[in-house]
Amino acid sequence: MAWVENIAAGFIRVACGVRPLPADALPASPAVFFANHSSHLDFALIWAALPPAQRHRTRPVAGRDYWEKTAARRWIACRCFRAVLIERQKVTVATNPLEPMLAALDAGASLIVFPEGTRSLDGHMQPFKAGLYHIARARPALPLVPVWVDNLNRILPKGEFLPVPLIASVSAGAALRLEATESKPEFLVRAQAALGALQRN
Amino acid sequence: MNPDHQTLLMIGGIVGLLLLSSAIVAVLKARQPAGKINPVIANLDARVRAWWVMVAIFSAALFTGGLGSVILFALTSFFALREFLTLTPTKTADHRGLFWAFFAIVPVQYALVASQWYGLFAVFIPVYAFLFIPIRCALAGDAERFLERTAKVQWALMVCVYFVSHVPALLMLKIPGFEGANARLLLFFVLVVQISDVLQYVWGKLFGRRKIAPVLSPSKTWEGFIGGVLSASAIGASLWWATPFNPWQAAGFSLVITLMGFFGGLVMSAIKRDRGVKDYGSIIEGHGGVMDRIDSICFAAPVFFHLVRYYFT
Repeated sequence: MAWVENIAAGFIRVACGVRPLPADALPASPAVFFANHSSHLDFALIWAALPPAQRHRTRPVAGRDYWEKTAARRWIACRCFRAVLIERQKVTVATNPLEPMLAALDAGASLIVFPEGTRSLDGHMQPFKAGLYHIARARPALPLVPVWVDNLNRILPKGEFLPVPLIASVSAGAALRLEATESKPEFLVRAQAALGALQRN
Repeated sequence: MNPDHQTLLMIGGIVGLLLLSSAIVAVLKARQPAGKINPVIANLDARVRAWWVMVAIFSAALFTGGLGSVILFALTSFFALREFLTLTPTKTADHRGLFWAFFAIVPVQYALVASQWYGLFAVFIPVYAFLFIPIRCALAGDAERFLERTAKVQWALMVCVYFVSHVPALLMLKIPGFEGANARLLLFFVLVVQISDVLQYVWGKLFGRRKIAPVLSPSKTWEGFIGGVLSASAIGASLWWATPFNPWQAAGFSLVITLMGFFGGLVMSAIKRDRGVKDYGSIIEGHGGVMDRIDSICFAAPVFFHLVRYYFT
């Protein structure tokens, strides 16, 4: 069903006024794309902006509590975008959010993650949660690519259901990896800075 | 509507100009050293190519009769509004108001043009949309920068929607002795305002030395301005046979159109500079955004419309 994906991705890009990300600036192998989060459209737009081969293997990571609440949400998350749903609220050994993400990565998928953990209301980034660090430590060779999404908090803000057709933008930075000597806070600050550096004023 | 002889002549003239431009660009490109193309010439090439597309779309809309032009300018307004509001920050509390602006105010304004309801067309945005936007934003309950936020949306609607809608509104003017030929008036207006932009660019590139407004628009020069306005007005005057005007009237209207077009470009540049961008968008290769192409139309259209309406209907 590659053509359905291509048409859907093309439609999303045109609707948001976004150009495809250049393939030569992104890893061709499985990767983790980490992005700022301000709208439900974030992962759809990042997915749509990726080069076709990378897009085909890319799955978003989303909160189970939110996306399993209604049948419609479950259908969108699981059937349309093959989301990897993770536990955000009652994390136990049995529901460790890292396990499904690592399983997907090991099966050859790329992931889109939002390290802030939830949508920002005003477009400003909130401090990163530790998930990105845990992925990096578990799979140190994996490229981690910062992706900044601009304006989607104005197109479809948290709490609204009708989008306004403004122009968004998506930009990707150079891939980073966990350094051997790097502590958790150091890595998270570095990753957040790499993402923040992509923000246009 | 079957295009009449004079419309076809004007379109033919435009195609001739485009052929000439493409030929000049081809010669300029051929004279460049291989592999190294001057960025000005590359941009000129992109601009001329985009002109072919724009002329094709505009002519097709004109030939479908009134409704085609109304729809074309409605889409133009929609895209211009999109660029304008993308550039002017608003808050989450404005979201619903913006939704109404795109999906209610734009369609209603152009439905009024299509139905030729002049009375409401003339006041719908300046009165009713002007009142609606602050009411909707006030209901959202956020007072921060309230006047600034609502003023931006009101400005966007006036410039991108209200003013632009005066171009297809030319079709509703009932000019004695010119019945059924208003498409030529629309063509005359768009041709003069756009050729003035082109000629100001050409004169400026060839002879421009003294900058008019170095802060607002570094590419605008006195040489480009005077040469462009005078030569475009001369072209406008020479097209009097396609309009309800005599040659002097056509020259006068052309002068007003080109001057207002210049000021439109200057004002819209000021907004761009304040926001720190060069163009409103990138949808038209070589030109920038829709707003970059129509800034002159925005300011010239309402003045031309009302002058013609006052003196000729």
